Amino acid sequence: MRYTPQTELDQKRMLQAIGLERIEQLYEHVPQALRAHATIRLPAGLTEPAVKNRLAALASKNAAAGEWSFFLGGGVYQHFIPSAVDAVISRSEFLTSYTPYQPEVSQGTLQVLYEFQTLMCQLTGMEVSNAGVYDGASAAAEAVLMSRRIQRDSRRRVLLSRALHPQYRAVIATYLKNLGDVELIEVPFAADGATDVERLASMLDDRAMCAVVGYPNFFGVIEDLSALQSACAGVGAQLISVTTEPLALGLLKPPGAYGIDIAVGEGQSLGVPMNLGGPAFGFFTAQKKLMRNLPGRLVGETVDTEGRRGFVLTLATREQHIRRDKATSNICTSQTLCTTAATVYLSLLGRTGLRRIAEVNVARAHETHARLIKEAGLASCFSGPFFNEFVLRVRDLARLEKRCAADKIIPGIALAQWYPELPDGLLVCVTEMNEKEEIDRLVRDLSD
Amino acid sequence: MSETSPTKRNHSATPRLIFESGSPGRSSLFWPAESGGAAEHIPAALLRDDIAGFPELGELETLRHFTRLSQRNFGIESQFYPLGSCTMKYNPKVNETVARLPGFAQIHPLAPGELLQGALQLICELERMLAELSGMDSVSAQPAAGAQGELTGLMLIRAYLTERGTPRKNIIVPDTAHGTNPASSTLCGYDVIQISSNDQGVIDAPTVAKVMDEDVAALMITNPNTLGLFEKNIEAVCAAVHDKGGLVYLDGANLNALMGIAKPGQMGVDVMHMNLHKTFSTPHGGGGPGAGPVGVKDALRDYLPAPRIEKTGEKYNLVEDCPKSIGRVRSFFGNFGVLVRAYTYIVSLGADGLQEVSRMALLNANYIRKGLEKYYEIAYDEPCMHECIFTDRIQQKQGVSTLDIAKRLLDYGCHPPTIYFPLVVHGALMIEPTETETPETLDEFIEAMIAIAQEARENPQLVKTAPHTTPVSRLDEARAARKPVLRWEPGRTDGD
Repeated sequence: MRYTPQTELDQKRMLQAIGLERIEQLYEHVPQALRAHATIRLPAGLTEPAVKNRLAALASKNAAAGEWSFFLGGGVYQHFIPSAVDAVISRSEFLTSYTPYQPEVSQGTLQVLYEFQTLMCQLTGMEVSNAGVYDGASAAAEAVLMSRRIQRDSRRRVLLSRALHPQYRAVIATYLKNLGDVELIEVPFAADGATDVERLASMLDDRAMCAVVGYPNFFGVIEDLSALQSACAGVGAQLISVTTEPLALGLLKPPGAYGIDIAVGEGQSLGVPMNLGGPAFGFFTAQKKLMRNLPGRLVGETVDTEGRRGFVLTLATREQHIRRDKATSNICTSQTLCTTAATVYLSLLGRTGLRRIAEVNVARAHETHARLIKEAGLASCFSGPFFNEFVLRVRDLARLEKRCAADKIIPGIALAQWYPELPDGLLVCVTEMNEKEEIDRLVRDLSD
Repeated sequence: MSETSPTKRNHSATPRLIFESGSPGRSSLFWPAESGGAAEHIPAALLRDDIAGFPELGELETLRHFTRLSQRNFGIESQFYPLGSCTMKYNPKVNETVARLPGFAQIHPLAPGELLQGALQLICELERMLAELSGMDSVSAQPAAGAQGELTGLMLIRAYLTERGTPRKNIIVPDTAHGTNPASSTLCGYDVIQISSNDQGVIDAPTVAKVMDEDVAALMITNPNTLGLFEKNIEAVCAAVHDKGGLVYLDGANLNALMGIAKPGQMGVDVMHMNLHKTFSTPHGGGGPGAGPVGVKDALRDYLPAPRIEKTGEKYNLVEDCPKSIGRVRSFFGNFGVLVRAYTYIVSLGADGLQEVSRMALLNANYIRKGLEKYYEIAYDEPCMHECIFTDRIQQKQGVSTLDIAKRLLDYGCHPPTIYFPLVVHGALMIEPTETETPETLDEFIEAMIAIAQEARENPQLVKTAPHTTPVSRLDEARAARKPVLRWEPGRTDGD
């Protein structure tokens, strides 16, 4: 395929206008030694049908939801996405535009982002939201970096819950290790699967910068943010909540209701396909007093010269293109197309629809949980309350996974790879997309 | 583009916010309730009330809202978008079709590897294709964006040097660099030393040698640089860095100028990132998602982010055990959906098509440069690569600035170039047409720019008060920053 429209005649005419004879003259000033070794050793281009065939062949080697039954969560969730979402984000004015640096011709994107920021505040109960970051993991890392900007140099201990998503903990460690002054300390989880608040309290002192917990956590357990917040606030540490399943916030008391400082998370559940885990977006919300320390893009309301309401990127003096090495972050994207999808998704579901979908998740997950224990004879791993994910103990997991695979079921995520202390732990997720018939088969296949 | 001297604003009503529309109880969702409410399973103390002020709309009115908003945006399929350093080329439709195949869009990163063989193969092959194009030895597709690619690259340098004794302290960054370069350096624990480009707009080896010592970890350089100029001393510059044991990082934002013309891997570059949303045609989406794969020479391969994907026999495996790796920079596999689009683009065009991309990008940029050189001052009188830079010195005499010229271009139905960047150019107008534009479109743009130059002479007020035809006129950015209003709140229904 070719997307270069210049005909031979065009090229001739253009070269003539420039005063050259051959295209090669345009780059004669590039050193000869470099030009001599620039040959691209790749196959020739393909026709559109050939391109589609080649990609379809690759796609067919993956297990896709629909053909397979997924009981997979762990930070990426299979949810219903109304067709209208893709219709909106396929519009070229949203799809192909750049970051809205020219506000007069970017009011569409800017208003969407302002609505997105509002929706994230409403969902989290927090006061301010940025326009989005890469993903939940980098949102968590940026939250810790923000805490580092706010807290005194004497506070450089970060308490990471072991029940926080293991890949998020890994990304936080990667981001922090080169700054040299931050110490990461792991906080264990208790028998209910929640962060051990007593152990956390014993680790908190005037050296603590912040504590980071999942809400719900990696095991699906709903953390006691009230107890965690009072433990942190008591010693002047900040509490950061990290939500990988934001649909839960349609039903659960939001982080803002507990007075916590920074609430971040992954937004994929809100209208973005799984895409092997990306692209989606990270959301980043905080208390208003921390506004000027936020990383990333912010959209604010203003007026034009004739008094009409309009929106602009604002507080840009925090950002890399103005502040360079003094910026709050190096980020210069907000995953806008994905946050646009979330804005459309939440607008379509709305006040009653979001709650309904969240309730259906709770109902199906709890029914499945009960049946797997009662009918399949599996044991629950933790006792804490959960939203749509839970951990079971499954003896002889490998054999049962094979049995499920023969039935085109992926029953969950084996936890042993991250938690040697949970060798038979299986993280099972049930959403509104798991039909009764699939759940019946799951129960049957996991029965011994 | 519209007729000469457009001055009439399209007086469409200011759209409401989604929160100001709809009616209580309305929802687009049809989904029957299921037995067993949340209260049966989750303690009441953990549950929230309804979300006050959340949207309540039907499906058609929701679509109409967002369709109307979309009409207040410029986009590549409706306007010419010559935004310098951003490579706003056509985003092929076939990429979008392919990325939506269930075998790509509906797959889960924590499914067993044997059920993700197509995805792992795609990532692995894309990494190899990018390595071939850039002349680097290995590539990791994990970083989610160019800036994350930069940070990753600097971490690799830090890990490499640390193993050899010390991470060192400083990074050299030219004054023409993207703002992300110094910001990423700080985030990686380095201090920044800024150096100046010479009067030809490029970096000299002696300038680098003068600040280069054993405290310098790396030089970050962009080639072609943000002035659209090829760093012709690049080999000597790299040698000056290597002489003192430092490494060279290449910001690959402008790779669109180089395919089939020069490979960074041949220049002496040790680490680089590539922006798939620029050179490899994935859509910008109004500010993401993109992807910023990182390429390295063999000496740095062991430090690449984990996990790596490797082919053993006919099987693609995830290799988690990478003892020297800097670790993970992103969850899962990065922005896989973006990788699918870039892969599709590369196999669509093939070797010849990709070389043609860079050649036509150069032709288009030089054509604009020639067409405007009599009307606007050229920043550097050197042959340009894929973009050309002008100053506003001529127009400034009439009191017309780059900002005014940019805003006036909007009235001609054209997105402005990148403005006031790079910082070393007075009132920079940085124009990158890309290869996907026809000469007719370039001619229309040149005519519009010439018309604005004439307006600046004859009716500067018309230019200084532009835009006149956009849905809103110039916005009060100072007010937005002074008293930030970053969200709608219930009870507030107008602009204030």
